[in-house]
Amino acid sequence: MAMSKGRVVGINGNMVSVEVDGDVTLNEVAYILLGETRVKSEVIRIRGDIVSMQAFEMTGGIGVGDAVEFTGEMLSVELGPGLLGQVYDGLQNPLPELAEKCGFFLERGVYIQALPRTKWDFTPSVKKGDVVRPAAMIGEVPEGIFNHKIMVPFSLRSGSYTVEKIVKKGKYFNDDEIAVLTDSDGNSHSLTMNFTWPVKKAIDLYEERLKPVDPMITKVRLIDTFLPVAKGGTYCIPGPFGAGKTVLQQITSRHAEVDIVIIAACGERAGEVVETLKEFPELIDPRTGKTLMERTIIICNTSSMPVAAREASVYTGVTLAEYYRQMGLDVLLLADSTSRWAQAMREMSGRLEEIPGEESFPAYLESVIANFYERAGLVRLYDGSVGSVTIGGTVSPAGGNFEEPVTQATLKVVGAFHGLSRERSDARKYPAIDPLDSWSKYQGVIDLKMTDYARKILFRGDEVSQMMKVVGEEGTSLEDYIIYLKAEMLDAVYLQQNSFDPVDGAVGVDRQKYVFTKIFVILGSEYSVETKEAARHLFNQIRQKLVDWNGCEWKGKQFAMMEKDLEELLQKRLVSIDSEVEKYIER
Amino acid sequence: MHKVYTKIDSIAGNVITVAAEGIKNEDLAVLSTRDGESLASVIKLDGSHVSLQVFAGGRGVSTGDNVRFLGHPMEVSFSDNLLGRIFNGSGQPRDNGPELTENMIPIGGPSVNPAKRILATKMIRTGIPMIDVFNTLVESQKLPIFSVSGEPYNDLLARIAMQAEVDLIILGGMGLKYDDYLSFKETLEEGGAMSRTIFFVHTASDPTVECMLVPDISLAVAERFALEGKRVLVLLTDMTNFADSLKEIAITMDQVPSNRGYPGDLYSSLASRYEKAVDFEGAGSVTILAVTTMPGDDVTHPVPDNTGYITEGQYYLKNGRIEPFGSLSRLKQLVNKDSRDDHRALMDGMIKLYAAYKESLEKKSMGFQMSDWDRKLIDYGTMFERDLMDLSVNIPLEKALDKGWEILSACFTPEETGLRTELIMSHWPEKLDRS
Repeated sequence: MAMSKGRVVGINGNMVSVEVDGDVTLNEVAYILLGETRVKSEVIRIRGDIVSMQAFEMTGGIGVGDAVEFTGEMLSVELGPGLLGQVYDGLQNPLPELAEKCGFFLERGVYIQALPRTKWDFTPSVKKGDVVRPAAMIGEVPEGIFNHKIMVPFSLRSGSYTVEKIVKKGKYFNDDEIAVLTDSDGNSHSLTMNFTWPVKKAIDLYEERLKPVDPMITKVRLIDTFLPVAKGGTYCIPGPFGAGKTVLQQITSRHAEVDIVIIAACGERAGEVVETLKEFPELIDPRTGKTLMERTIIICNTSSMPVAAREASVYTGVTLAEYYRQMGLDVLLLADSTSRWAQAMREMSGRLEEIPGEESFPAYLESVIANFYERAGLVRLYDGSVGSVTIGGTVSPAGGNFEEPVTQATLKVVGAFHGLSRERSDARKYPAIDPLDSWSKYQGVIDLKMTDYARKILFRGDEVSQMMKVVGEEGTSLEDYIIYLKAEMLDAVYLQQNSFDPVDGAVGVDRQKYVFTKIFVILGSEYSVETKEAARHLFNQIRQKLVDWNGCEWKGKQFAMMEKDLEELLQKRLVSIDSEVEKYIER
Repeated sequence: MHKVYTKIDSIAGNVITVAAEGIKNEDLAVLSTRDGESLASVIKLDGSHVSLQVFAGGRGVSTGDNVRFLGHPMEVSFSDNLLGRIFNGSGQPRDNGPELTENMIPIGGPSVNPAKRILATKMIRTGIPMIDVFNTLVESQKLPIFSVSGEPYNDLLARIAMQAEVDLIILGGMGLKYDDYLSFKETLEEGGAMSRTIFFVHTASDPTVECMLVPDISLAVAERFALEGKRVLVLLTDMTNFADSLKEIAITMDQVPSNRGYPGDLYSSLASRYEKAVDFEGAGSVTILAVTTMPGDDVTHPVPDNTGYITEGQYYLKNGRIEPFGSLSRLKQLVNKDSRDDHRALMDGMIKLYAAYKESLEKKSMGFQMSDWDRKLIDYGTMFERDLMDLSVNIPLEKALDKGWEILSACFTPEETGLRTELIMSHWPEKLDRS
């Protein structure tokens, strides 16, 4: 099929109208030709022979009559070995290579091969005459910490193929031919290690989707214990500016117990990406002993980069995540921030003069957001192995008000909600996730009945503290006051966590279980105190000891000593333990 | 090439439409009216209909006026001759000096590649304790000053312009009251800082479109100086006026407004300006300090709200002081570990005590009982506000830290401060009685 051609008839911001002769596909990629420069764009609406395209670059200097070339391909990413450790823009251009070529600034119309041309050590796993299906493994190459499976391209859709030719074990470039397959009609297909896939289409080559059950450990106590996220699940972090969304995501990207982390920085500050960029190559991942960069892919389309590529960046991220999932790995995609992506849609929708929905967001906002989060999941692959994509997206609601459309649309489709509160961040209580408003539908590392008990005390403590603001300490009963103190203690020593502390910054599951149980007993114990001052003094002591305990290395000498110290203090004042609490402890 | 078009099809607000061929998006044109010439730039192409925004405004434009396209986008002259000069939003002199036409550079250029940025590591000293000690300004940072109208934000900017330890100051004024413009000029002239300053000023009575150009033109020049190794501080006042002029043009162009009449791309428009703040690897830096007035003291208003999501912290100017709560410099951790060993601890400790003071104050006003501790806190808070928070206090960082210790020792015993013992041993002033 000959590719269609066209010419520009109108420009409005980053929307370009083109008159076209021939066939065009919705979402197909086209280039506007400006002399030597080619400006990448995507078809977003077709009306008769007038096509509306969103340009992925600035449109200054484009004029009516400029030629346009259509490619017939949808916006795609390149998949293959060499993706890990890369830093891409929203269209999968490697940024360090762009910098080498263009210097300080991102020049328009410069597109670079996404995967470096390097030799890989290929080991075949099929032989001539074998029958394979799409996404089946035909060999593997070592890539950093993994064996990267080389698969039959996902775009080959007709059932089964016969291996006509497969190369011997050895070193090959990623664009060398490594195999030839023939389909049932006798057509042959040449394969390299790389292939492409359109970003807006979910990769669905698996046996079945499973229910996400296992928790994805983030090593943030508040999340793992009270607001867990499951592998293959979804969660969102809405919060006003300055409440610590990005910091929370940075911490998660460091400590999350998954195989691969993909960071999609979408329309946010460049400075934050730079922090990750400069720090990750130096930080060692305790799970693998290699640098964090080796398990990370960064896709960054910062706020000053062209708006249309923002939308592409989240899809590029999720497609790369799905690709690694196909190898049976657990992948975490962190999208920061989905609101910027929604705003990009709003901008385009405005230019297309569509009828606006709430706050001028397009009417299809909800379905687009739902579709994106639905690409997360736990799946059983054809070969029986299990892989997962977990998606965590931040939301930046206007004015910090969660009632706005993007937050609401997101809340409908995610499995956990970590709402950040301005009040907590102003009080420097980090992570500033509101423990009372937030929720999770997943099973955490600790028995739900135990965490419910603790949450109840948090709720009661909050009520008492509200009341105390009106009637003062004088007007509060000792019993209520102790509940308030217990809630305060739980908050200070367990919910809050010092992410800058080398020990407290990342707390493993075993430690969480151990420490939580200890605190659980304290919450359910009655101590002999006669006055509020005495109660305050006791809980201050307990709190201080627990805070110090948090700073001791897990199972270290200090840890045991501090624990003994704490036990002595508690035993001296203990009157009784709630029978309900005792029941759980015995189990 | 420079064909003249003599038929203007429509004039709406500051936007005119002409039928023309071969025009490129964002090109510049000269519009000749009976009042003189004005620049205009292409903002939309639709077949042969070209929409232009007229810098001098649409008032007095006739359908029979001439439009001449220049075939290039908006540019500004760049050289050392800019120093000490004052221009308007379209780069024309407003100080009776000669017009500059050499070495023209485009404005609103491409974004910096994140891979070429480096982490900020140097502080900018201002001599204002609430900034230097508590929320340090860092090179390449972008920070807004959120303020209610009526606060002395322009005086604050002028003081920073006078004292900040940078090579070059660029002041971008948007919708400035004429008196404010004059007092800026006077302050800098008197202080002898004029020679390292460039003004791009749009006053409240100038045409709206020029207001929109001020940030771009200021930042384009700043970026060039930074590439030549200069440390540039860009002061912008007031970004809310800039946003309002965006709104005006968007409405004129029949765009669907998104929030309180502001266009849907307000975030992107603000971000593309703020993100010009950068520390170049192996060259200079651009730091942005921008006043954003909050209409009705409402931080959830679209302009401060979107700004907060873009910038790296914010200063709140309230009652003539920089508020310690709410104000935040997200990058201060990068520099305050190397300034002096007591900087971080003192900063945190004093703010915690100040927060406790606020609580005691509230308790007092509610009529609850005052303890000894409450009374100590109230003494402390009063001294803190007088000796450190007041904007007229003008002392270098080290002096301010010493002052902090002095206040602490005047009000508390060492244990009461909650500071680490080793710090207290080395910094606690010898003998100072409570008086």
